[in-house]
Amino acid sequence: MSTVTTPSQAPTAPPRTPDVPRTPRRGRSRREGSGWPFVLPFLLVAVLFLVVPTLWGLGLSFTEQSLMGNGGWVGFDNYAEAFGDATMWSTLGNTLVFTLISTVPLVVVALVMALLVYTGLPGQWVWRLAFFAPYMLPVAVVVQIFVWLYQPEIGFLNYWLDRLGLDKVGWLTDTSVAMWSMALLTLWWTVGFNFLLYLSALQAIPDQMYEAAALDGAGGWRRLFSITLPQLRATTVLITVLQVLASLKVFDQMFIAFNGGSGPGGVTRPILQYIYDTGFTGYRMGYASAMSYIYFALIIAVAVGFQVLTSARRKEQRRGR
Amino acid sequence: MAVDTISAPAGGGFRRTLVERRDEQRRTRALVLGRSKVATVLAVVVLVLLAVTWLLPLAWAVDTSFKTEAQAQAVPLQWFPDGGFTLENYRTVLERGEVGRWMVNTLFIAGSVTILTVGVCALAGYGFARTRFRGKNLLFAGTVALIAVPGQILIVPLFRQMEAIGAVDTYQGVILPQLVAPVMVYIFSKFFAEVPQEIEDAARVDGAGHWRTFWSIVLPISRPIVSAVAIFVFIGAWNNFLWPFIVTNNPDLMTLPVGLSTVKNAYGTIYAQTMASAVIAALPLILLFMLFQRQIVKAVATTGLGGR
Repeated sequence: MSTVTTPSQAPTAPPRTPDVPRTPRRGRSRREGSGWPFVLPFLLVAVLFLVVPTLWGLGLSFTEQSLMGNGGWVGFDNYAEAFGDATMWSTLGNTLVFTLISTVPLVVVALVMALLVYTGLPGQWVWRLAFFAPYMLPVAVVVQIFVWLYQPEIGFLNYWLDRLGLDKVGWLTDTSVAMWSMALLTLWWTVGFNFLLYLSALQAIPDQMYEAAALDGAGGWRRLFSITLPQLRATTVLITVLQVLASLKVFDQMFIAFNGGSGPGGVTRPILQYIYDTGFTGYRMGYASAMSYIYFALIIAVAVGFQVLTSARRKEQRRGR
Repeated sequence: MAVDTISAPAGGGFRRTLVERRDEQRRTRALVLGRSKVATVLAVVVLVLLAVTWLLPLAWAVDTSFKTEAQAQAVPLQWFPDGGFTLENYRTVLERGEVGRWMVNTLFIAGSVTILTVGVCALAGYGFARTRFRGKNLLFAGTVALIAVPGQILIVPLFRQMEAIGAVDTYQGVILPQLVAPVMVYIFSKFFAEVPQEIEDAARVDGAGHWRTFWSIVLPISRPIVSAVAIFVFIGAWNNFLWPFIVTNNPDLMTLPVGLSTVKNAYGTIYAQTMASAVIAALPLILLFMLFQRQIVKAVATTGLGGR
């Protein structure tokens, strides 16, 4: 990864406004033809498999559908029901809990890994393999491995806890532990992704900054806190935002680990699973769609919230200078 | 950022000698950690501990897969079981055949998704970056807005749609909805926008239209971004669970993640065998990573932040 050499080239450059890329100058000959055919295939699949279902889902959310057939237009009934639905709120709460307890370690551990690997200790290949390999695994494999590790009696973790004289843990059965077990599994599985993002951001910090600091007599810790971490600020914000959005979409791990069930006391069932259960097991597709849209609104709110926060901060910084 | 980051030759990377690389590593280490021996030792210790922790679940899974069920469940746990290792689990899993079948399915589906997504998105990226047509700005803004729509909210209407066109339990039903990747269009368009105009102008002078320019000039020099997007899309499609799970019921059409998740019910307590099938399922992408580590690392770095 010696390609990223200067900060301006780093993938972590501040998000540009999604301006339309430069257009060719006017006055070109006609034989170039129009650009339409280039975008047409994409527009086709985007409309068919993204725009249409998005609108269809919105339409469905105002109808009552069940195995009994189409109950027709019910206006905002589904939304009203959802807001009074304790299960929706509790599963939404589960999703938020997971997001909180998974995002923090997924950012912090990734940063620690990247900092350690960046020090250039020999064996770069091995470190990257160790940290990133789990990301390449299908989720079902990850869950199978962890269910085996979490096994109550002969599982690797409880066996060693017992040997060390500690209490065994109900990794998948204790209501206060199960979600942490899912977060731990997710940490192991996906931290490598954030690790690589951090690593490439680190490699984009110019050596001259460290050299200058070394001349000024700054020690290792001083350099970490005065150069490295400040330089990583923009990356950290981006990784955190992407991680929060990814964690809010959690579904696979819990669904597979608990065989489609909702975990001990229902504590691990995320809202996406409740939507899935409602639509595909309970066959209430209208209600499932309404909850999808409530969830969508949450995602958008989070994304916009971050956007507003970061742009406000950027403005502040600019004014400060 | 795009052009420089991705296409800059890796500092002559491929041909750099090991000695040079080692020197560079030493220099960075000195710069980052200072010359303190304590700091270096501490960093090594923590790094090794972390790496061992991360490799341990994999190692234990592989170890278990070579044990008999009785050995796997025997207390005390043993890395080297009495009675030696066995290949029995692998034989059973392979004879059952489904894992191989799922792997072929996944390869076909992930391969198709990758080729089609890259094709469709690269074309659109070029169209938005380098051509003119009525409504372009509006469409590009719309494409960027679509990035915000999480596919997860579409499962119900998409499934209805697939039912309506009879695509449930078909390959096209699994593949088609995975082709829409507005973020990749955005990444491509940003990259193409930075290809020097002079290169295209030269092609124009020679009488090449948009298509010729795209195929013979722009695409070949954009190989780094194409492979980055392809790798990214492939890993995502290979491991995708939710949509393939919803749209397939027929075990013959399932992908690896979906198929393995259904097996669990049937053989839940046969841990040694489960680990053997998990190892088989894990192998292809781990090998892929070992072979193409440099490219994959670069792909994550360039596309992981969604072109930002």
